Parts: sequence; C-alpha cells; structure tokens
Amino acid sequence: MAFFDQAKLVGVMGPSTRILVVEPNELRLDDIVGALQAAGWSDVKALQEVSAITKTVKDYEPDIVLVDLANPDRDTLEHITLASGAGKRAVALFVDRTDEDLTKAALKAGVSAYVVDGLDLSRIRPVLETAIERFKIIRQMQTELDAAKQALEDRKTIDRAKGFLMRNRNMSEEEAYSLLRKAAMDQGKRVIDVAQALVTAADLLS
Amino acid sequence: MKRPELNCGYVALVDSAPLIIAHELEFAVEEGVALNLIRQPSWSALRDMLALGHLDAAQMLSPMPIAMSLGLGSLSAPIDALMVLSANGTAFGVSNALAAELGELTFGDPGAILTAIKQRTSATLRIGLPFHHSMHGLLLSYWTSTEPDVQIERVIVPPSRMADAVAEGHVDAFWVGEPWGTVAVERGIAQLLMVGRDVWQFAPEKVLAARREWIAQHEFEVRALTRAVYKAAHWLDAPQNKQLAVEILSRSNHLDLSVDLIDPAVTGQITPKKGEGPIEIERFLQFNDYGANFPWRSQAAWIAQQLGSDAEDIERAKNCFRSDLYRTNLDGAGADYPIASEKVEGSLHATDKVESKNGQMILAPDAFFDGRTFDFSGLSA
Repeated sequence: MAFFDQAKLVGVMGPSTRILVVEPNELRLDDIVGALQAAGWSDVKALQEVSAITKTVKDYEPDIVLVDLANPDRDTLEHITLASGAGKRAVALFVDRTDEDLTKAALKAGVSAYVVDGLDLSRIRPVLETAIERFKIIRQMQTELDAAKQALEDRKTIDRAKGFLMRNRNMSEEEAYSLLRKAAMDQGKRVIDVAQALVTAADLLS
Repeated sequence: MKRPELNCGYVALVDSAPLIIAHELEFAVEEGVALNLIRQPSWSALRDMLALGHLDAAQMLSPMPIAMSLGLGSLSAPIDALMVLSANGTAFGVSNALAAELGELTFGDPGAILTAIKQRTSATLRIGLPFHHSMHGLLLSYWTSTEPDVQIERVIVPPSRMADAVAEGHVDAFWVGEPWGTVAVERGIAQLLMVGRDVWQFAPEKVLAARREWIAQHEFEVRALTRAVYKAAHWLDAPQNKQLAVEILSRSNHLDLSVDLIDPAVTGQITPKKGEGPIEIERFLQFNDYGANFPWRSQAAWIAQQLGSDAEDIERAKNCFRSDLYRTNLDGAGADYPIASEKVEGSLHATDKVESKNGQMILAPDAFFDGRTFDFSGLSA
C-alpha cells in the first residue's frame, strides 16, 4: 500500500471526484466511507438501501462506484450504468488490463468498481487502493469473527461429548477429555470430529 | 495423469441442472475431467470471473457472450458459447394488483396480454428482469415493440429477490427464470400470464461459455466438458429421469432449493395462480431434445440484431456460437446434430425434420408470437 501525501493527493484528485459506496451492512459502509474520507476525498456518498440505487446514481452522478464483488445487487447497478446513456458511460474497472496488479488486488479483496469511461487511471488508482485496503481489513475481521463463532460451537460440542462420557463412564472431566484426545489421535482425526460423532451417536441412543 | 479440474461458474437456477448433473452423476469424470462448480452471487460477478480467468467455463445467459464479444456491456472480452445448455424456461408474471387491472386473460396469449396492458390507465409499467443482457430482456423488448405506446421501465432485480420486489411494490410485473416465478405465485402475491416460449417457441436461454483464447488452448478439456454436459442434458430430458433429477438437484448443495420449487420447471407443470391446478407446458424447459444444445449461428445472429448490432457485428456474433466445435467435440458421443449451422429463425410452426449427421433429426417449432421470420444467411458475403 502506497503512502499518500494528503496535500499532494488533493492536488492530483482535485475536489471533484465523486465516489459512491454501495453496501447494505451499515457498519461496513461507515467503515469504507470513513476510510475514503480520511484519505482525503470529501465527496463520498454512502448508499445502504439498494432500492434507491437508480435515483442516487442519476442525481449524484458519481465518477466511481464501489461495491462488494459478492453483492447480488451488482446486476442492478450494471443495468443503471448501461441504461443511463447520458453520455457518461460507466465501465467495470476490471476492463482496464493496463493495470493487472491493481485488478488482481481488487478481485482478491472482493471489491468491484465502476468508473466513468475515460476517467484517468491516476485518479482511479488511489481511490481503489484505499478501498482495497479497507475491504481487506473487513474481510479479515469477518474471517476472524467466523472463526471465533466456530470455536465457540466446537467447544459446546466437546463439552457435550465430555458430559456424555462423564455420565456414562463415570469419568472426571479431565479423563473424558483425555479419552477423546486419545481416540482422535488413534484415528488420525480432530478432537472435534470425534466429539461430534459421539454427540450424534448419543442423540441417536437417547 | 491427474484429472484436470475445471472451475465452472453458475448462478443458482433450475436451469443450472446440466452442469450440476454432469458433476453429480460423474459424466465429467467419465470424460476425464473434474468439475469444480462455483456458485456466483450475480451475473456480473460470473462474467468478471470468467473474463479474468478465475473461471474456466460458465453457465451464461445466451446474450452475454455476444454482448461481451461485441463490447456492448461494461466488460468486454472474446467469449464463445460451446453449446446451448437449455431452451426456454422463463415466465412472465404480474402483481395481483396489475392482474386485477388487466382482468381475465387466457394463459399464454402474448397479443391479448399486450392489448390489455395498453388499455389500462397507468403510464409506465415497471418490469423486473434478472440482467441487462438476458433472453428475458430481449423477449420483453421484442414482444412489446409491437405496441410502441406501452411504456416500460426495466428494473434489474436479483432473481431470488423478485418475489420481494413484487411484494414491496418495486415492480408491477417480472420476467424471470424458474423457480422464481413459482416462488412469487406460491407466496400469493403474483400470477403468471405466459411463459417465454409463448413469445419465441424455442429460445436459447443459457449457454456454456468460455474465453475464446482458453478454448483454443484447452482442446482436451473443452471436448470433455462439452461431452459431459451434453450427456447430462440428454439424461435430464429422459422422462423416466425427471423425478430423480429433481431429487438430486434438491439434495445437492448447489441450489438450496426444495423439491417443490424445482419440480414445476423440470416436469413442465406450471401453476400460474395460487390455489389453481398446474398447466402442463410442453417444452417449458428443454435440456436436450430437438437439438436444443446445438448452438445455431442464426440464434446468435438474432440475439445480436435484437441488441442493435449492424450487419458486420451480426456476422461477428455468429462466430460466438461455436457450431463447428460442437460437431467435432461431440463426434462419437452418440449425439446427432444438424448439417446446417443456420436456420431461418421463426420459420417452424410445427416439429419438422432437417438433414443431420445420422440422416434426419427433428426440430421443435421455433415460431415467434407475431409470425415474423429472420433469415440471416444473406448477410454472409
């Protein structure tokens, strides 16, 4: 990630680059908009409600639209950019193969961008780089959150398996866990898999 | 030798079936490739992934490869269709409010529906469509072009949210692929007035697409993929396999749709209005019979013409539908195919025989609702 000199950036960008960010999740939306504003763009519009896309694009006339690659509303946005026909044709940024690295980075981070045809790459690049960084962080946080949720679920399952062993084999908690671990090692499986199998079997037997 | 794994993109719809069946019933493995089916959140995302090489092949709306090759969309790339995956399979429906305004209508009469729409008072009709460059969109334009007074606003809505868009009043009508028409009917918020084939009796709906460059460099993979998907499509069209197909499609984790949502499209039993019995629609969704998989160059030409292309671009579009590769790839796979690569679109009003590799094969009617015909043969100089 390049470091941007704030003053120089405004000089390059001018005050007029209008950025529209489309994102249904309010927290993520605030986050992305905040990051862009902090990096020096003042004219950033946030759009959460997808049904308002058409009107917003027409009224605001953004130079760049940023949207999550996985957002199903991309097709809606696509249509608006194609159908507007007011001389300002927007194109998917990926079309620009002159900057393969940027395209790849955007794809990897899950950002898609629409830009007005003919907009200079030097104006697009810093916007997209900022967005890519932000999307990366968001994705990372989401992955961590998912992992934490999964860990919690796994612990519950292991606790149930231990409970089953403690009741049925009169073991202490420590002994129950040791047994699970030994079974897992013997079978070349993870403790959670053995616990899951035990819980499933226990449910069937009860 | 390790079996090549092909990344195949699709959008979760009933007509993704040929790719799913090719994978699940191991037609692909038999041909020496493995399919890695990757579900896409939108047609735009699928297109980007294919163009950038993250997907090797993909299920696409039939106008997409043409629009991309001709540079009509927001992302251009030379993309070809190796075969047609399915013909027809879409439905046009209206909200309960609009249905009440239009009054009693015979199911499947495009002319009468249009007249009724013209006579209603409200000005602009908001019609939900899944994608800008879709057969749904082309059929809608073609159908309504006969009544220029009818004002239409196209609203693109992800198919899975079409019923919501109707319920929330964002659209008055919609043209969508199954199961999403059935979903809207089952929710009791809309009724279906006709199906796609009422406007064009044999419309190429989805195609198997890949990058032209990739096709040229992956002869073995292209051949295996085409044969596997052809065999899956053939399997899907056998009446005795329909129930099993519905089960497999529902149980596999590719669609997340229940049996009762998949069944109507696969069996052609469409319920236009909640509480009423289903109507049996012949060739509602055709996977293989009547040469459905053959990528007619004239179909590509029709699509290009509807997209507003001139004669030169129509010729370029024809080359996107690879009838040449279809023949070589399916040689010896038990498939019959026509000798000609073009036909006069709209000229068949009943099933008819054409000259084929094995002698003769039967084509289904391909007439348009207004009886027009399209002969693109004169264009090639």
